[in-house]
Parts: sequence; C-alpha cells; structure tokens
Amino acid sequence: MSGRMIGVDVGGTFTDIFVLNEDDGTASVGKVPTTRPDQSGGFLAGMAAQVDDLSQLSVVVHGTTAGTNALLERKGAKAGVITTQGLRDVLEMRRRDRPRTWGLRGDFEPVVPRELRLEVPERTLADGSIRTAVDLQAVRDAAHALLEQGCEAVSILFANAYANPENEAAAVETVRAFWPNPHVSASHEILPEIREFERFSTTALNAYLQPEISGYLDRLQAALQSGGFDGEFMIVQSNGGVMAVDTACRFPVRTALSGPAAGVIAAGYIAQTAGFPDVITGDMGGTSFDVSLISGGKTVLSPETSIDFGMVVRTPMIEITTIGAGGGSISWVDKGGLLNIGPESAGSDPGPVAYGLGNDRPTVTDANVVLGRIDPDSPIGGKLKRLDVEAARIAIDTHVGQPLDLDTEQAAEAILRVANSRMAGAIRLVSIERGFDPKQFAFMPFGGGGALHAGAMMAEVGIARAIVPRYPGVTSAMGCVIADMRQDFVQTINTLVDHLDEAALARFMQDHTDTGMEMLDAARTRFQAREVTFELDMAYVGQTHTVPVPLTVSLTEGKVQAPTRADVIAAFDTAYHGIYGRLLDKGMRRILNLRSAVTGKRPKFDLSTLAPSGTVRIAPKNVRPVHFGSEWRDTAIYDRLSLPVGTVIKGPAILEQLDTTVLIEPGLSGRVDAYGNTIIEPAEGEV
Amino acid sequence: MSRDIDPITLAVLAGRMEQIADEMDATLFRAAFNPIIAEAHDASHGLYHAASGDTLVQGKSGLPIFVGVMSFAVKAVIDKAAADGDLADGDIYIFNDAHIGGTHLSDMRLVRPYFYKGELFCYLASVGHWHDVGGAVPGNYNPAATDAFQEAFVLPPVKLARAGQISQDIIDILLRNTRLPQSAEGDLNGQLGALDLGVKRMDELLSEYGTDTVSAALDAMGNRAEALMRAELTALPDGRWSAEDFLDNDGISDAALPICVSLEIKGDRMVLDFEGTAPRCAGPVNIALPTAVATAYVAIKHIFPSLPANAGVMRPVDVKVPEGSLLSAEFPAPVGGYTETILRMIDVIFSAASQAAPERVVANAYGTINALSIAGKRANGAPWVMFSFYGGGHGGSVESDGLNHGNAPISTATIPPMEILEAAYPVMFRQWALRPDSGGAGAHRGGMGAVYEIEVLEENGAEAFLFGERGRFAPQGVAGGGTGAMNVFSYEQDNGWLNPPLISKMRGIKLRQGQAVRLETPGGGGYGVASDRDPAAIARDVARGLVSPDRADTLYGPAWQEVDQ
Repeated sequence: MSGRMIGVDVGGTFTDIFVLNEDDGTASVGKVPTTRPDQSGGFLAGMAAQVDDLSQLSVVVHGTTAGTNALLERKGAKAGVITTQGLRDVLEMRRRDRPRTWGLRGDFEPVVPRELRLEVPERTLADGSIRTAVDLQAVRDAAHALLEQGCEAVSILFANAYANPENEAAAVETVRAFWPNPHVSASHEILPEIREFERFSTTALNAYLQPEISGYLDRLQAALQSGGFDGEFMIVQSNGGVMAVDTACRFPVRTALSGPAAGVIAAGYIAQTAGFPDVITGDMGGTSFDVSLISGGKTVLSPETSIDFGMVVRTPMIEITTIGAGGGSISWVDKGGLLNIGPESAGSDPGPVAYGLGNDRPTVTDANVVLGRIDPDSPIGGKLKRLDVEAARIAIDTHVGQPLDLDTEQAAEAILRVANSRMAGAIRLVSIERGFDPKQFAFMPFGGGGALHAGAMMAEVGIARAIVPRYPGVTSAMGCVIADMRQDFVQTINTLVDHLDEAALARFMQDHTDTGMEMLDAARTRFQAREVTFELDMAYVGQTHTVPVPLTVSLTEGKVQAPTRADVIAAFDTAYHGIYGRLLDKGMRRILNLRSAVTGKRPKFDLSTLAPSGTVRIAPKNVRPVHFGSEWRDTAIYDRLSLPVGTVIKGPAILEQLDTTVLIEPGLSGRVDAYGNTIIEPAEGEV
Repeated sequence: MSRDIDPITLAVLAGRMEQIADEMDATLFRAAFNPIIAEAHDASHGLYHAASGDTLVQGKSGLPIFVGVMSFAVKAVIDKAAADGDLADGDIYIFNDAHIGGTHLSDMRLVRPYFYKGELFCYLASVGHWHDVGGAVPGNYNPAATDAFQEAFVLPPVKLARAGQISQDIIDILLRNTRLPQSAEGDLNGQLGALDLGVKRMDELLSEYGTDTVSAALDAMGNRAEALMRAELTALPDGRWSAEDFLDNDGISDAALPICVSLEIKGDRMVLDFEGTAPRCAGPVNIALPTAVATAYVAIKHIFPSLPANAGVMRPVDVKVPEGSLLSAEFPAPVGGYTETILRMIDVIFSAASQAAPERVVANAYGTINALSIAGKRANGAPWVMFSFYGGGHGGSVESDGLNHGNAPISTATIPPMEILEAAYPVMFRQWALRPDSGGAGAHRGGMGAVYEIEVLEENGAEAFLFGERGRFAPQGVAGGGTGAMNVFSYEQDNGWLNPPLISKMRGIKLRQGQAVRLETPGGGGYGVASDRDPAAIARDVARGLVSPDRADTLYGPAWQEVDQ
C-alpha cells in the first residue's frame, strides 16, 4: 500500500495539516482556523485544502484536544456510576486533598453527581476472595434507574476489582446486555491497577467522554468514507503512540493529551535527526507554555495526571509540564507593585489587544507587537488584516507602564522579562527534577510563539543552542504522521517475589502480548518492526513508592519466555541500585504491578526532503526597527523558508514565515541546517 | 551585607532555592518507607539562617506547620553547637525532642550546617514523621500519656555525623527503640539522602552566583515578605477582636479546655494574645512554645495566601503566649496530641479575624486529625499497625461552599487509598463515604465530613486507639454561618455499638474478628447567614442526599421546595 499519509492536529486556535507523500517523500503543510464547537468542520476543510481526492490517502492520523476540552469545560455526557455498597462517594472524596495549599478555599464537584452514583451489594477483598457475590438484580435496577434519569453512559466501579474482576465482569455483562449504546465502562477493563480513587476516576472520566468523543470520531470517519477514503484512520494517544479509531471510541480517556503528545514525538524525531538527542521542547500557545524533556531520543512517560483539581487520569502519558504563560496571557501589576503574567488569558478570542476584538488588557503578544518583533501588517493565520499597534501601546501604558512608572517600551520589555523568567523556570524544573542539567540540552521551541523567545531561554537557562524546526507551527500534525502504534497494559500483581507465581505472571505477559499483537494485526498500516516491553513496579516490603524495573524478555514466535524469580530479583537489584545507590540486606522484595507495552514501529520519512532546495543567497525582504534592551535597532527581516541550507544570519534579525516569527537577538546567529531547521547559537566571536 | 539586587535576579534565585527545597522533599518522599511520609508528605525541608535559624526557604510540598517550627529546631542546634564549640563541616545533628523543636516526638529532625569554601553559609534541615518511636502506644498517639516518656523515647540534639563520619552507635540506639526498625532505617536513609542533595545543589548555586549575591537575595526575600505582610495589615481596620473555643478534654479527665485569643491590629502590626487559655494539663494536648508560634504563622498564611513562605512574614506580628498555659508546656509534659491543640488555635484566630474582615477568612474546618490506629498480630505472630489520619469538611468562604472531605489546614497530606490499606492490613472498609447533614448551614455551607466504618478481618482480633477532638464542641461558622456536625466515634462489641467515655479519645479497644469501628468526622462551619443561601443550591443538596429534607426545612425554611429541578 502506498499513497499519502496525512496528520491533522486540531488545536484551540488552528487546525494544522501535514501531508506526506510516501512515494517520493515530499511533504506539504497547511493551516486553517479551528471550528467550534464541532471541530470536524475545520478538520475536513483543512484536508480538502490539501487533498482533492480522499481515495489517494492511505492513512489519516488525528491529534485532538476534543477530550481535554470536554473535561476542562465539563462538557461530557450525563453519566452514571454503579459501585460497591458503601463507596458511592469515592469520586467526590478524592484522596482527601485540597485545591491549593494555602487559603482553604474552593470546592469540588465530580463529573458524575451524587444522585447518579448508585450502590449495589457486592464485595471482593484485597486477596481476590469474594466476600459478597454481586447482586445482579440490584445491578439491573440501578442501570434502569440511571437510564430513566437520562444517562447516556455508565461506569461500573467495584472495590478490589484489580485483584479479581469476577463481580465487576458479571455486572458489566449484565448491563451491556440491555444498555442502549456501547458506552459502558468497567474499572478492571480500563485500569486493572490497585488504588480505587485513581481507577474509579479514570474509568468514570472515560464514560463521561465516551458519547462525545465517539460521536465526534464517528462523524469524522463517516465524512472521510463518504469522500472516498478507504485507508486507516487513527488517533494519537497521550502516550505518544497512535491507536485505531475504534480503540479510541472505547478508551477516549487515552486521548486526554493527544495533541501535545504528538508535538513532542515530532520534536524528538527532528532534534535527533539534526544531531541533538537531548532536547527540551517548549510549545507556546495562546494560553500556556508546555515543556517536555527528551533524553537520548526518548520521551519521558508519567503514569498519571490531573486534568483539573480532582480529575485524575491514570494512563501512561508523555510528561508535559504546563505553565500559564502563553501569547494571550494577560499581564498586570498587583497591590505589592509586582508585575505578573497570567494565569488569566485572552486566548485567541478575543485574543491580544492588537487583534482589536474587544480585549483591552495587555498580553505577552502585545508586548512583542509593540517592540516590533511581530509584523503588524501580516499577522499569522490570516484571520486579521492588520494588528492595532496603537491600541496595544495604550493598553501597556495603562496597565503596566503607569503603575510602574515605565515608558511604553520599558513596560513591554518588563512584560517579556517576567514571562521569559517564568518560562525558563519551567524548563529548569523539568530537567533538574529528573536529575538533568538543562545546560546540556538544546531548546526546541514550537507552536506559533515559541521562536520569539528562544534567545531569552538560552540566556536565562544557560542553554547553548536552540533549534527551530522548519515548520514549528505544524509540529503536532507532523508528529501524527511519525508516531508509532502503541498500546499500554497494566495489571496489579501484588505479591512478594518469594511467593511469585511464575506461571501466572507469564500468563499476564502472554495475554498482554497477544492482545497488543492482535491490535497490530488488525491495523492496515505498515510496520517496520514490532516491539514488546515489560516492566514491573517493585519495592521492598514496607516501602510505598515503587521503582520501575525493566525486564529483558525474549519472544519466540509470539510466545513469551517468562522470567524466573531469580531473573526478577536480579533486575530489581539493578534498577534499585541505579536509583538509590544501595540495596537493603534484609529487605524483602515485592512486586506491585506488571506494565507491558506493545509497539508497532511505523516507517519514518526523510526529514531532508523538507529542506530548502535553493542555493542563491537571499537578501532581506525589508528592514524595520525592533526594540532590544533599551534601544530601537534597524533589523533585517528575511523570508525564512527561502533561505538556502548553510545560510548564517547574524542577529539582530527576524525570520518570518506564514505562522511563525523567529527572533535572532543581537549577539546570536541563526544557521539553516541540512533539514531546513534554524540553529540559533552565540554568533562567532561573541560570547 | 544587604546590597541591592535587581528584581529579575531575585526572582530567578528565589525560584532556584525553592526548587532546591522542593527537590529535597521529593527525594525523601521517593525513598521513605513509611506511608506517613511517602503518601501523606508529613515531612519538610528547607534552608535556615546561619545565625538566627530563621526559615529562609521551604519546600512547597512539605507540611505547612513545619515552616515556622523548623526555625526553632535549627536554633536549638545553633545554640548547642555554640555551647559545645565544635561545629564542623559534615556534621549532622538529629533529635525528636518536641519541647526544643516543636510539634511531637514522632517528628525526627536532622539539621546539617552547610559550609561553602570553609565558611558556614546556612543550615539545611529535614524533618519527617516516623512510623513508630517507641512509647506505650504503637504509632505514638497515646491519648492517656501523662508525660513524654509514655509517648516515645526522647532524643535531644546529638551528632549523628561528625565531620562526615556517621555514628553507627546512634543508629543502633534508634533502631532498638522502635517497633518498626526497617521503616525507621528507610526513613533515616531518605532524610540523609535529601540533605546530601541539598548540599550538592547549594554548591552548584553558590559557585554560579557567589555568596554575596545569594545572601543579598535571601535578605531581599525576607524584606519583601515583611513589606507585603505590613501592606496586608495596613489594609485591614484597626481594632481588637477576640474569640474562644474549647478542646473536649485532655484524655485523662473529662473537663473542657478553653483556647482563647485576642487579635489586635494597629497600623501595620498585629498582636495575637492567647491570654485566658487553659493552664498546662495532665494529658497530651499540651504544646511547646515553638509549636504555638509556628501555628500563628500557619493561620496568618491561610488568611493571606499570597505571602511568601519565610520568616519575614512574622516580623510585624507579636505572638503572646501566657506562661504556664497549655500552649507553652515545659518538658516532660506530654505533647503527642499537639495537632488537636493547634487546629483549635487556628480556628480561634480565624473566628477573631472574621470579625475584622469576614471576606478574608474561611469558616472553621473539621478541626481534628482523628489519629486512628488499629493493631494486632497475624496468625503467624507478625505484628501489624494500621495508622492513619482521617479527613473532614472545610469551612464555607465568600467564594464557595466548603470542600467536602478535605485535609487538615496544618497539613497537605493525602489519605492512603482504601485498597492499599486493605491490601496491607487485615481490615475491610464497610463504608468510605461522605457524611450527609454534617456541613454547617450558611449562605455558603460548610463541606461534608466523612463516615469510615472499618471491620477487622484477622482471626486474632485487634486493638484500636483513637486520638480525636470536636466530640463536644462543633466547628464554628463565620459571618453568621452555622456550626458543622461534631465528631462521633463508635465501636462494635458483643453487646452492640458503644461510644468512648471521653467521647473522642480512647485506647485499648478490643475488637474481635468481624467487629468494626466507625468514625463520623465533623463537617466545616458555614459562611454567612443561612437565609442568604440560594434556594436552588439547597434543592441541589437535597437531591444529592447531602442535606436531608427535614434539615433543609429547619435550617433554611421551605423556599427550596419551590425550585424546579
């Protein structure tokens, strides 16, 4: 099968398209405004702008924020819960935390309100023994009651279902027999892992999202098919892998960080290809700055995240640290005379003051406009004809300049310094927290605004170079095309190593492998290779936090050669010593969970096909004054995409393209590498 | 020394030093064996002034009460080192003596002088709540203790390490005096690891910026905190307001103990005077003076949440604690139940402050830590101790209803998952639920407390110990809000369900297999008068079963019945 692969990333403001022709390796990109509330309009319009005939497409991969938005805006379905007697409030009680350490304010409502959380007699104990068999008539009555209340989805949440799913499985079978749609989630199917709040929360959020997300994906699929598309339609998961669309309809909670994850995958690939396997990515959007770390070409996965207070999703996801400092973040001066950025944001609508759409409080983008860093005559995205510089100046004067006794340019510089300092703090945090020195990393800005701040990040954090991808505004869409197919599994084992049932462990590993391979077999896309990895969460008895212990396991014709007890002990000792630098003489080793991942490696494309083909030295298209430090300097403006490979441009300079502005500050230079990336480094002869 | 520092460098250095303390927290949380540290984060790390011991920087995840109390612990080490005259690079002091270092004997404090290029620059410290430190009751919440020796072994500040050389003798003594030596060893190693990391990170920071700049930043951070506090106080009206509340009893005799405060604001200064508070008592609800001062800080930081976490905040505040009161008890008075006393101090400070500025204050939270331990022996003779704190409702505020099932204002601790407890101990939770009708009435009602009913599964049975409060005096509302429900503890015996004679405290309750204990925790107080509550919100609470129809009628009148659902 050959043809064209297309990646579509729907973000808050723009829908980005990346098209790869598999036959000749050429690529093209596009961008259209995101449509709301139904994102499928922008999705289809964006595709239509790039491809005339959908039957030419072999693969469509979609990164989506539909799940995240539905959670943040509480726009999921009316959903119910059927749970163990005595436990209806687990979702609402959380882990007994609070929204903020100081102040004691704020309350919390779970996505399933109390009147839709019903209890049934049943109980499984921690050792898996069944103390009370499930009362299936009570389950039926509860499900009917929820249907009468208008619930579109339901989740079954039973205590200790990770240890023995029998009661829960019987209940879910009973409900599925008459529930009028497929939106029935069971906690042992979503996450067979110990910790009831995390498992219940993930499962309930899955049910809450299911009608919305599966409806959206079904609409898209139907539209694609009616346009003649006959290839594979896949969705990016939070773990950076893709899954088939029907898997996504069953497990919509796995899309919670779909779009951002795809961006990190692409950034990692671009950076590694360009010779920088250690990179920190910074995605600057309208409301936030998202930072992620890639070490040795590998992304870091975190086991869980909170979408909002009390909304915990426990599925493996690419670790992305978000701070509220985006282009639309509002700057303001507090009572103590301190300049603050965000957390309030003007987003993309009304957006910065310079958009002229009704916001009159200054944003980070307004500071960039006032300082001449963004061209007011060709704003990105094409929605506006011209930016209103004068309005941005007035807003900065009124809200920042006057309270702090600064002139307009000083006030705009102050806004950028504080925003940059917060962004740099996020970069330092993600690296230092994991024991890495950020100075050893390259910085890769993507998203529309990041490349304006690359020089500042280098200076603030002490990073030696930044690498701006050729198409930073469509990185997530490119990641859709690059990402591997991947499925993660977890199973709580909870045993001392001395009591390990090797055969039972082998059965779980085999089961995970078989299910994952079936998924790969069912896919209609090509894989270069298949990979299965296993990891145990282990600790000494008495210790609460587990360490991840990778197991070396061989697979012969799909059959798992399961590890022995001795293999497990050796692997644990290596991993534990690596983290803590010592072992405990009398410690008893314990296994908590098995984690498996089945990956189908998709073919990668040659990034050099994106490189510019020209060789003629390009002159600046014009010169305009740009403010640096305390002065206006005449600054050369270049059309970025036409600069040939090998070009070196000394700052101050600005490189412009459709959706991105790259700022090269005085003292830095920008070099076009063999893939069309711009490498920003200290200019030769300067430090 | 206080040379000027530009605001951006200050912001960068403040962030860097907070990160160091945060990283020390994270190191211990990962390494600790005991869930009270690893899950509940009952620990703290920070940087402290080389001469005064003042808190300079504290990690964000640590327990709020430690922000203030650790400066006393560090000061105790500074005084001891001055007296002994033998402070050296690589020394580490260890102690749990609560009369010197505040809080209670479960908190093991490690204090390490930090030298840069041969000069003392500051102190680093690590404190963590160990699972067991000897004494009469496993887990050390002994409601019947009449002196410190019945609570735990008492270790004064001694050198665990001399010039980098760890003393195995000290470790051997410690591990012989706990019921859970492996847990203690794991926690100790975690705390040592956190201190090592702090030293490494400080070395990096000082080699990058130099001692002058970092010192200037530390001075500026303290000064800025002081200035912000003064600005907050200036914005409040001048005046003097007082409040009174009570502890149920001291665990020995059933007499209520008043906790009183008068709060005075005059210009940019505040005086908190606890005159009128009960004298030192026989049981363990006494606290040491350092604990009292640190508690005032916690209350202030909740009222002004944007203030930074350093000692500068307290410069304009005068805390007066009457001598001989239970707020300044001397060794060897028992102090194991200090949490209950300081929660009540916070409640009275809130109640007094609400009279000055109701919109700044939340109503009283549930006001008890409810330390419940259930212990026994398994069939093979191995001992087990399930020890945990339980949650309750938060108070209503000008913004919203109170949070249901929150953690205590002195803590950021989360509760271990029920399934983790059931997997680790022979118990089953029959109920883990919200407690309807427990939130105080108000325009914004208090949050709901919880009901936990725990059955013993072990053939040998078990013993239960409870250290709680709010069994006789309910959490107060503010600005006209009503009170939350009181704490109710019950236990099952052959002749039915019983309640403890001292209502909220009891030790040695014998339970057979199949018998249970039930803890119904208090809700929070309400904010504002009940008649101001939106009838739609009342109707919603009734539909959710959080407020019963009868109680809704009694508290709010019948208007809610007219609301269309």
